[in-house]
Formats: sequence, structure tokens, C-alpha cells
Amino acid sequence: MQAFDYVAAQTVDEAVSLLAAKGAQARVLAGGTDLIVQLREGRRRLDLVVDVKKIPEVSTLSYDSNNGLQLGAAVPCYKIYGDATIARAYPGLMDAFTLVGGTQIQGRASVGGNLCNSSPAADTTPTLIAHRATCVIAGPTGRREIPVEQFCTGPGRNVLGNGEFLVALRFPAPPQNFGAHYLRFIPRNEMDIAVVGVGSSVVLGADRATVTAARISLGAVAPTPLLVDEAAEALIGKPISDQTIAQAAAAAQAAARPISDMRGTIEQRRHLTGVLTRRTLQGAIARARGERVNHA
Amino acid sequence: MAEATAAYKVIGTRPIRPDGADKVTGRAVYGGDMRLTGMLHGKVLRSPHAHARIKSINTAKAEALPGVKAVITVKDFPIAEDRMANLGEMAVNVKLLSNNVMAADKALYKGHPVAAVAATSAHIAEEALGLIEVEYEVLPPALHVLDAMKETAPLLHESMTTTELGQKTEKHSNIASHLRFVLGDPAQGFRDADIVIEREFETATVHQGYIEPHNATALWNEDGHLYIWTSTQGAFVVQRQAAEILGLPVSQVSVTPCEIGGGFGGKISVYLEPVAAVLSRKAGRPVKIIMSRIEEFEATGPTPASHIKVKMGAKKDGSIVAAEASLMYEAGAFPGSPVGAGCMCIFSPYAIPNMQVDGYDVVVNKPKTAAYRAPGATNAAFASETVVDELAEKLGLDPLEIRRINGAKEGDRRVDGPTFPRIGYMETVHAALEHEHYATPLNGPNRGRGVASGFWFNVGFQSSVVINVNADGTVALVEGSTDIGGTRASIAMQAAETLGIPYEDVRPTVVGTDGIGFTDVTGGSRTTFATGYAAHEASLDVLRQMKERLARRWDGEMEKEFEGQAEREMARITPDDVTYTNGVFKCAKDAGKTMTFKEIAAQMARMGGPITGRATSQPRGVGGAFATHIVDVEVDPDTGKVTILRYTAIQDVGRAIHPSYAEGQVQGGVVQGIGWALNEEFVYNDNGNMVNSSFLDYRMPTTLDLPMIDTVLVEVPNPGHPYGVRGVGEVPIVPPVAAVANAIYKATGKRMTQAPMSPGYVLSKLLE
Amino acid sequence: MPKVHVQTRINGEDIDFLCESRQSLLEVLRDDLGLTGTKEGCSNGNCGACSVLLDGVLVDSCLVLAVETAGKEVATIEGLASPSKLHPLQQKFLEHAALQCGICTPGFIMAAKALLVKNPTPTEHEVRYWLAGNLCRCTGYDKIVRAVLDAATVMEKA
Repeated sequence: MQAFDYVAAQTVDEAVSLLAAKGAQARVLAGGTDLIVQLREGRRRLDLVVDVKKIPEVSTLSYDSNNGLQLGAAVPCYKIYGDATIARAYPGLMDAFTLVGGTQIQGRASVGGNLCNSSPAADTTPTLIAHRATCVIAGPTGRREIPVEQFCTGPGRNVLGNGEFLVALRFPAPPQNFGAHYLRFIPRNEMDIAVVGVGSSVVLGADRATVTAARISLGAVAPTPLLVDEAAEALIGKPISDQTIAQAAAAAQAAARPISDMRGTIEQRRHLTGVLTRRTLQGAIARARGERVNHA
Repeated sequence: MAEATAAYKVIGTRPIRPDGADKVTGRAVYGGDMRLTGMLHGKVLRSPHAHARIKSINTAKAEALPGVKAVITVKDFPIAEDRMANLGEMAVNVKLLSNNVMAADKALYKGHPVAAVAATSAHIAEEALGLIEVEYEVLPPALHVLDAMKETAPLLHESMTTTELGQKTEKHSNIASHLRFVLGDPAQGFRDADIVIEREFETATVHQGYIEPHNATALWNEDGHLYIWTSTQGAFVVQRQAAEILGLPVSQVSVTPCEIGGGFGGKISVYLEPVAAVLSRKAGRPVKIIMSRIEEFEATGPTPASHIKVKMGAKKDGSIVAAEASLMYEAGAFPGSPVGAGCMCIFSPYAIPNMQVDGYDVVVNKPKTAAYRAPGATNAAFASETVVDELAEKLGLDPLEIRRINGAKEGDRRVDGPTFPRIGYMETVHAALEHEHYATPLNGPNRGRGVASGFWFNVGFQSSVVINVNADGTVALVEGSTDIGGTRASIAMQAAETLGIPYEDVRPTVVGTDGIGFTDVTGGSRTTFATGYAAHEASLDVLRQMKERLARRWDGEMEKEFEGQAEREMARITPDDVTYTNGVFKCAKDAGKTMTFKEIAAQMARMGGPITGRATSQPRGVGGAFATHIVDVEVDPDTGKVTILRYTAIQDVGRAIHPSYAEGQVQGGVVQGIGWALNEEFVYNDNGNMVNSSFLDYRMPTTLDLPMIDTVLVEVPNPGHPYGVRGVGEVPIVPPVAAVANAIYKATGKRMTQAPMSPGYVLSKLLE
Repeated sequence: MPKVHVQTRINGEDIDFLCESRQSLLEVLRDDLGLTGTKEGCSNGNCGACSVLLDGVLVDSCLVLAVETAGKEVATIEGLASPSKLHPLQQKFLEHAALQCGICTPGFIMAAKALLVKNPTPTEHEVRYWLAGNLCRCTGYDKIVRAVLDAATVMEKA
């Protein structure tokens, strides 16, 4: 591993100025479960690692039923699903946060770090998109916010500019009759990178039989996670039926642009996109109706 | 010799292993834990190309980096001789072994070592690797067994010609050898058959997956003596390989085996030891090298990918009358795949009168294959046991029934020649037929049950044991079999049983080449069998010496007056007159004379001095091992994912010395087989680079992927061992791939002809 | 690059050391502090052999920089047994023969310890789920799961 300096930033401003000064030679360290591996394998070479875990805004989380969830970018997964109130409010997020790596990885890995690593197959991004998360970014010119579906721009690439880093993610409080579900397909039962991941959310009408809003997000089938409007359109305004769900799944399949690599083939990924879209929509609808759906 | 109904005091119990506390506290010293004063850290530079000529290597910049103490290439090794060396029962070609340890003029696989560095820290050593300049002429690689066998394939070794049925030919080819076994008249057998099934199968390269990476620490001191500490399955085998490669007499090489974190056959061939040694000589300091996980995958000894054809013919009554197989195995960069063993095992669970088995050992630009738990047999069983299953189905027979009809028994002949001694295959089939698992209906959609059998011949080889009696009546047992799975306990238990003393009174120690006589590897399912045999014999030697001393003392104590020499001789107490039961020696000629084991031990100094029992073994009565497995699976029809619902492994173990460790061997082998069946494979790109060289994408089963693994230890004692032991460790890995394939067939109606049966493959079959 | 001075607590003792920023906690434990009970299996967080507790949280020490442990509590396998007495998890692993080569054992025991603090009466599924990040190649996990469940019973009674 190349030698680098380590600084534990105490404030957002300190982190920004350290990052801005070093540009591409510096990178934020949260859980380290991606970064340390990349450094060890020589896939990244840095002069400076900026640890942001001591910055309160980046390392804390808070929730209330009006304002929703404010999630510091470096909060490790185990802290999020370990909070009973938050876990109860956002089961669709917990589906993903309990899946990242195994127990040891979840002891360090953060949702913000998973997003900033910007792998097309990241487990958390599709469900962040399904939940309308917003990215809170700090940089040399101040703060800005963008919808999470705009954050990733390509494999390993995102919108963060020089000196910028992700401070937190904001999630709106779930509206009435909201339900979300994330599923991924992996060959084993844990530890694997998703072959395909789908995060779906729905908002149902008062009758709980019609869909008034929907978001379907796909992972690992394109250079970035996708938000598939056509799949949502197949559902919105219509009564729920196997047919509309199948149409949504077909639209998701059509939007997928998978590649063949060591983890899956194009045909397999396209097929799985349909399967997981169907299954996550069923799970999201069930949760919207107040039914309990276990994490995978 | 072995009694099926004998009651034992120690054998069959489940005591705690002697090295237990050290292992659960982290105190036990594995190779990677070694520390020596002044120790340097070594790293190996490896070819990035699967096939390339090495034009030049410039190490100047690396040597100049502060902290670097030595840089070596093949120039620092003696020129390897092209000859066979005897390493006990293993024979290797010294030149090929040496070339694998450090490339000579060609890099033959990605990861092939081309240089090495020793420095004051591992990080500096790694930086130094980046400063070594190597000029390669990249060559096209031969990557798949069928492609490598073609006339047009790039040749790995320009001088290699095919050995055809035992004769060296002039044909230059990547086919190193073609062997054939024939029994009876297969052509006629197939004509006589009512039904013939012919299928082809593919299996991928698979790794032993031990959690502890390879390591070696070497000190080549100023006297020219080489000390090696390493995690190995055989200190003596390391000693001999190092001596051969480095041109040293064996007496100048001392190998101390550290505790070992898994081997499964993969820690027998040397990779790092000679490199660490040469670095140590050049630097004048001890050098430790540890492999990274990527190096483990790219540059150690996986088991072959293979292409196998099987043809079997049977009559309507279920008897299998003819069988043919063609096994094409990838040897990796140098010849020597276990295709021969695969040929010996493929049809061995059955008594088939007409058989022909052809084996092809083919080199490809991948790491040289090494042994992996019943090497070669799992690939073969995947093919043959699937075809047997299909025969059963087409004949309307239960899959265990066809095995019962055709099962091998004592006196039946294997295709490679030997006839079976007393074996326990039929017992495993009967146990399966009678098992509650088999009787329980498997309900639900997308579910299926599969069975498969397997055979492994096991080996005997050589072991040495010394037993030193302590003054308090306990004994120190010295042996040379590194303890990978609890063999300190199983060997001590056999000694305790023979000596008639408690297990806790036997203190076993594993020592290296300076401390005990030649002992072959911990592998080949031989350790409890052969080292246990030697421990038993060494125990008998102790008792013999005790009897001699007692006879001498008791004879000397006789106060009776004798009339003449003849009467004196009649009354003489000889060792034959001394009996030993339950810790007590008695005199057959005088009931008043007794002494306990502990009492003699306390008086050793007054009865002739220390008592040391010793024995060596090279047992010939090796018992082959058979297994029959039952597995229930569920297949997700939308994704192709296979879940193991229930698994029962039935195996003839001869006699389970320590049942927990025998069960553990079975369970471990089964789970490796499940991984092989479901997900494990080396994935290569077109350049011959492995793209999944980590535990993330080389997917071994986790706790969450499995149920409990039920084991049934059938005991058909092996007449060739004093306690009836058969080797246990290897045959468990032979049936699982086929058993899972047969279960998937029942669940989906699709025959699997490719391993691993990963979700993508199963899905593609479902969508056909 | 000058080394960093780190002050931390390991197994209840104040420990300080000098290290490079690029050294992982695993490296420092094994190479500099002589605490070789924590093992290296893969160095990329996929096998759990290097498991330790960091402020009571189960982590892979190969994915923690040693400098990050400043002011924190590290618990390794060396701190588990009492003088002359094994921890129930260690004892049960021995009784159930839940180790063969033993290289994964420290990692499994630390992981199981963390589980039983959080969930003293886990089901078999919960044990398997929690331990999915620890690879064993020798045992097939059967006896490991049994040992953890048995230890849980013993510890619950105590």
C-alpha cells in the first residue's frame, strides 16, 4: 500500500479545505470497507485520507415523523438498523442496510460511503432512490443538495467536485400508505455483490387498492443505478393487479442495460430485473397496506 | 486383527484435543505468526501474463530502495536438473518443481514468480516489487483443456512430448500423457446392454480454499545450514523438496512444521520455502514470506478443470454390464494432474465386468494443479454418478436400488487392477436405504432429492513415532504428522488404548525433521491410520520393554532353591510369562507378582534406565473408503438459485477413533463439495487472467448457505489396522457435486452437465 | 513519512504504539504488538479471520487503520479467557470439536461473543446469519453453530 497521511477532521470546513487542497490525491474515509481495500490492492493511490467520523453532522442520525430522517454520511449500517424507531419507520431502507457485506462490514460500512463509492451494483442506492433521498453536499463554495438519483454519473464516478464531500442524506417522512422494499439477487445468501438489485416504493390511495405514486430503481444493470419512470407509469393511477405489476416489471426489464461479467450475464440480469421488480413491488404494496414483510 | 465387537476404553470416546486451549485462545503458533530476531519480510514479483517469454529482468532500482536487503531471480537458484526425485512416496521432476517456484525462461501462468525481494517491512518489499523491470514477450495462452489438446494450440513446453500408454512418443503436444485402464471387453459389454447412456460433462477449476495463506520463514545461516518454519502438511516432504531445488544434502535442511490453518492437499508442494531460503542466504537474515489471497488464487495449486465423457450400459434387470470414460484434466502449467486417480475411482463403487477408462493429462497456462481432497475423484464422480442416476431412472429403478444391485464387494476388481479387500460400500447403501432421511417424503414444488456414491482408495505411506515414558507413568508421544484436524488426539487415543493408560496421560507433540524419523504427509487420509499404527506399535514396544524388565526382576527375585539347571530353566520367568491388562502386569507363573504401569515408570532408573518405545510404519493393509450421500434441494424457478434443505452423509470409516473428528472430516468434505457444486469456480478472461481472485467472488459456502450436515459413521473395520481404521478425510468430498446435480434434476427435470451449478447456469437450463 | 503515535486500550490495558497511517489494525496487532491470535485470511473483509471488537462492535481489523483506534477500546481473542479458565465459548468450541485446523476459530469466537452480548438467546438461523461473515473451510459449520448455541445456554444460566 502506498504511504499516505491521515487526518481526522473535526469540522465540515476543515474537511473541505483539506480535500480542496489535495484534489484527487485525497479522499474521505468513513467506514473504510471500500477505500482500504482499494488502497491495499493498488486501485487507488492517495497522499491523504481525511477521516470524517469525528464531525458530528456526518456521524449522527436523527428522525422524527414530521421531518423524516437525517442520516450522517458516515454513520455505520449497524447504528441505523439498530435504532428501533428508525428501523420501524423505514423497513425498505433496512432491507438494504442489513445486507451490505456481513456483520463485520456492517460494523463499519456507511450508507454515504456506499453511495460515494458509486458502484453500479451498490446495495443501498436503489432503495435510497425509491425513498426520494436527497444528498447534502459541502464544498468550497458552500452547500448544495441534489436528488440521490442524480448523484452517480458512471461506474465509480459521481457529481462531487474538487473539495466536495457528502455530509448527509435526507429522507422525507414516509407519507400515509407508503411502502418500500429492496431485494437483490446474489448466488449465496450473504457477502456477495448484487447481480441485480431493485428498490421499489409505492404510495397507495386511501382505498389502498390504487397506486398514486411509485418509484422503481434498478442496480447493477447499467453504468449507474436507474430510476425507471416507465415502470412507475405502468402503476400510477391504476388499481393494483398482477397485470400492472407485470407491466411495471416489463418496463423495468426494458430499461435495464446490463453487461455480462463474472457475476452475471446479460440474459440472466435482464430476467432477474423482471423477477425482482415484481417481488419488490409486491413487498412494497404489502408494507403500504400495513402488512409485515421480513428482510431477505 | 480388528474385532468388530471389541469394547474399547478410549477409542470411540470424544476427549478434548491436547492443543485445544492454545487454539481457542489464539496462542498456537501458525506459520504466519513466526517471529525471529532480525527477520525480514519477503514479497514475490509475479508474471502479469499467462504465457510469456522472459527477455530480461533489471533489479537495480529495487536493490537501491532503502530497507531492501536482497533481490533474487532464477539466477540465484542452482540450475535445476531434469530428473525425478523421490520424496518418500511422491516423485517429482526437480526441474519442473524448481521452475514452478521461480520461472526460468518462460512465465507459464499469470502469477508465476519471476523475482523476489526481502526488506525490513512488507510495505517496503511491496514497493520494491514495483521497481523491478521485467521485459516480456507475450505469447498466446492455451486456456481450456479441449483447446490445449488441439494440434493448433500454443505449446507451453517446446520439448514436451506425449507419453502414450506408457511409451514416450515424438509428438509435441500439450498432452503430457494418455493413460488407459481396461477390464474385460467393453465393446461386447455394450452390445449386450439393453440400454446405453452417453453424456459429456465440464467442471471448472476449484481451489482448496484453506483460510490460512501459504507462508514460509527461512534462515540460511553462516554454517550453510538451512532452517525452515512453515505451515505444511509434511515437514519431511518440504525438507526434501527444498534440498532438491537448492542443491543441498537433506542433512543440511531442518524443517519445523508450525500449526497449519488448513491444507486439503494444497500445502504439500513448496512455493515459498526455497524463495525465502535464497533471500535469507543473500540477505544474511531470516526472511518470512506470506501469500496474499490474490496470490493464493493465482499462484498455488488448485484442482483441475476437466472435460469428461461417460458411457454406461445396463441390462433391464439393473446390472451394469459396461462402462467407458474419457477424462481430460487440466494439469496447469506443468504436467501432473490427478487424472490417474480420477480414472482409478470413477467406476469403483460398482462391480462392472467390462470397463475402459482413458485419462489425459493436459498442460494449460494456469497455475499447476495440486492435490485437493481425493484429487481427481470429485470431477469423475460428478460424471459417473449422474449417468448412474439416469440409468436408474430409465430402468425404473430407485437410485439406491441400482447401487445395491451393482455395488462393489470384497473380491471385485477395480478397473486399474487391484481387487477389493474387505470394504464397506454395500453397508453405506443399506444404511442410506434404511435412513430416516430417505424414508421422509420431500414435499413441495421445486424440490428434489438426489443420491450419489463415491470412492477413494486412501494411502498408507510412512510414519515414525517415539514414546517416552515419564517417571509419573504418563508418556510423551513424539510424532511428525502435522495436526490439521485433531490427529494429535486420535493418535494419542490409540497409544492410550494400547498402553492401557488414560488418554490424559498421553502427551503428544508434533515435531519436525530434526526430532523424529521420516513421516509422510498429513494427507491421503493416512494420518489416523498410519501414524496411529506406528503409535500402536511404539506402545507395544514400550510394553515389551516393560515386560522384559519385569521378567528380569521377577526372575532375579526368586529365592527358591533349584535342583539342577533343568528345573531352574522350567521355573525361569521370561517376558512371555508377563501379562498386561488394565494397567497391571502380572506374572503367569506367580500370582503374587504384579506391578502397575505407573509403578514401573516410577522405578525406571532402578530397572535399567529410561524406557523409550519406537516404531515406524508403512502399512500395506490400507482400507479404501466409500460414501453414499443423500441431499434435498429446492430450486427457485425464477432465479435458478439452489438451496440445500437437508444433507445426510453416510460413510464407512472402519473404526471412528474420535467420532467428533471423524464426523468433522465428513462434514467439512461435504461442504467443500457443496461449494464445488453450487458456486466455486475460477473465472478467466481471454488473456488467461483470473478475474475472481478473492473470497468475494470465489464463493465458498457461508454459515447462512447450509443446514446442519448429518453424518452416519458406518463401521466395517479394516482388517489391515489394529483398530480397524480406514482413512476418513477424503471420500466425503467425492459424492456431493453429483448428489446435488441429481437432486436438481428431480426438482427441475433438467440434467446438469456442468459444475458449478450456479444460479446463472441453472437459470439458463430452466429457460431452455 | 513520520510514524503516528497512537494511544488506545487493548483488552483492558492502555497500550500505545507507533505506526504508519497505512498499517491496518490487524498488521499492528500481529506484527508490532505480538498479538498474533487475530489471524489474516484475506485482507479484504471477506473471511472474518481478523475479527475483533472495536468499542464493542464486531469489525474486521484488516479494514480498520491502526490510527483509527486512538482513544478506543479494542478487544481481541487474547483478552477472552480468565486466568486458568476458558470462556464458555472457548470451552464449548473444544467440547463440540468446532475447530479442526483452528485458524478461523479466534475470529468465530469473537464474532459469537459479540452476538451473545446483543442477543443472548439466538435461534440457529440468527446464529448463522450473524456468522455469515466468518468463513470456515474445515468444519462445514455444523459443530460451530452447535457450540455457539450451547455456549449461549450455559451463559444464559450463569
